[in-house]
Amino acid sequence: MMAIEAITSMDWQALQLSLLLAFVTTAILLLIGTPLAWWLAHSKGRLKTTAEAVISLPLVLPPTVLGFYLLIFLGPYGWLGGTWVTITGHALSFRFSGLVIASVIYSLPFVVQPLQRAFETIGTKPLEAAATLGATPWDAFINVAFPLARGGYITATILGFAHTLGEFGVVLMVGGNIPGQTQVISIAIYDHVESLEYTQAHTLSALLLLLSFASLIFVNTFNRRTPIGIP
Amino acid sequence: MKLDARFNLTKGDFTLTSQLSTAISGVTGLFGPSGSGKTTFLRCLAGLERASKGYVRFGDDIWQDDSKGIFLATHQRPVGVVFQENRLFKHLNVEENLLFGRKRSKQKKDSISWDGVVQILELSPLLNRYPQGLSGGEQQRVAIGRAILTNPEFLIMDEPLASMDQTGSKRILGFISSLQNQLQLPIIHVSHDMGEILQLADYLAVMEKGEIIATGPIRDMITRLDLPLAHRGDASTVLTAKVVSHDPTYHLNSLQFGDPSQTLFIANNNLIIGDKVRVRIFARDVSLALDHPSNTSILNLFPAEVTEISQENPAQYMVKLMVGNNPILARITKKSLETLSIKKGLSLIAQVKSIALER
Repeated sequence: MMAIEAITSMDWQALQLSLLLAFVTTAILLLIGTPLAWWLAHSKGRLKTTAEAVISLPLVLPPTVLGFYLLIFLGPYGWLGGTWVTITGHALSFRFSGLVIASVIYSLPFVVQPLQRAFETIGTKPLEAAATLGATPWDAFINVAFPLARGGYITATILGFAHTLGEFGVVLMVGGNIPGQTQVISIAIYDHVESLEYTQAHTLSALLLLLSFASLIFVNTFNRRTPIGIP
Repeated sequence: MKLDARFNLTKGDFTLTSQLSTAISGVTGLFGPSGSGKTTFLRCLAGLERASKGYVRFGDDIWQDDSKGIFLATHQRPVGVVFQENRLFKHLNVEENLLFGRKRSKQKKDSISWDGVVQILELSPLLNRYPQGLSGGEQQRVAIGRAILTNPEFLIMDEPLASMDQTGSKRILGFISSLQNQLQLPIIHVSHDMGEILQLADYLAVMEKGEIIATGPIRDMITRLDLPLAHRGDASTVLTAKVVSHDPTYHLNSLQFGDPSQTLFIANNNLIIGDKVRVRIFARDVSLALDHPSNTSILNLFPAEVTEISQENPAQYMVKLMVGNNPILARITKKSLETLSIKKGLSLIAQVKSIALER
């Protein structure tokens, strides 16, 4: 109980914000990742190679570098940030919406790659079979490709969610450290450590560890109960 | 119903320039060596591949006419397809696989009965199982059933027995035969296996290097000396014969065929009097005699007339004979041909050493 009491309301806010950010980011990533992964899995050519390299960039780029470019890009004088300012009256940097955009870009490969692998494994054969059985391409996607790619979707969701939850450098660059607005849990932990508040850092870290572990257990259990193809 | 299909397609260094115009009924075999473009032709017919210049008309419906920009997508074409690999959906059980196409059928009323197909293909014990748990033969039966249950106008089968052992494929062939007999569903059956084609097909299209070089009734196609089929090692003819009696002493069946009718003998205990069966006679099993031999162990002797002779190699000739209205091939040596002075128009006796029962 002592440990829970040690968590301040600011910490709760950071945790909530982290979870919200991870949920929103993962949802957006699954939506845009699906057509992107589908296209990568079913096309050939130079454009595909370039697109794959761009999508994989966040894997190799230092988060601070990515964060720096995103800060420029999303800031009031940036290409997207500037447009955003003229439409909404405020910039994207140092705001939650900016964090979402940054996280989507940062976690993109973690969602696109498992989906692409899944679609590549399925190949065109089951889709052709579905077409000969009267299914439109959309019908074939929903009722054949999607269920067959379920493993890929589960992996993509966990990786996307966990990666967004643990993100630090990019968030710090783009969002800063505004409690309630842009301060996520990893930054809160960093703050506590900086101020030598080890009890709170311990608690938050343990909480994050438990959360990650529990979600993996949940997904694995769910996955084992209804594995594809076995009654 | 009549099917008219023409395709022009280039893939790498392969060119398909095929044309098929045929009445669709019974089983049409599409035969050719591997790489001759059979599968590509079928894929174009099903709309899975789009030829740069294509035209498909079935009955009164135009499925594709690239000169007018008409192209019906696969899901809009009322054909059933059985692929080489069964392509069953792993995430669905057998019953759900069978229902997948049926639920999406283009016909308002089911023309093909669920119970009938399940019974013929013996699918009821499999309905709740998943494809991975089935044997190769069982999977292919489900795939055939799934395609048929969409109530298609005709069924396309692309070497459905390719991945099966001999016993398995014999069994599936039997299933396909009985399906065809009972449902009257036209089938286009692709194979590079002559035995398979001879068992099933009534009509044959021969494909070579991306072109359909000849089409016609199967018996005519395999005995035409200007086509490669009559010069294969297993060159043969097929006859349809009716079982008329059974001799229990010698375990021999007598069957009648042709016009004027001839009698042939087969040793087989599974034949039922009144059945119509298809028999195959290999060219290598036929020898020729100028007179009716009096002392011979060969039972099947038919009066025949030589209609065509073609040299196959320096030592060998293929002789085409007519027994009534049925063509028969005989492969003989040059020496025999010259010794007996076999010529076109000569009447002689064809001695058939063995006759294989096809179905």
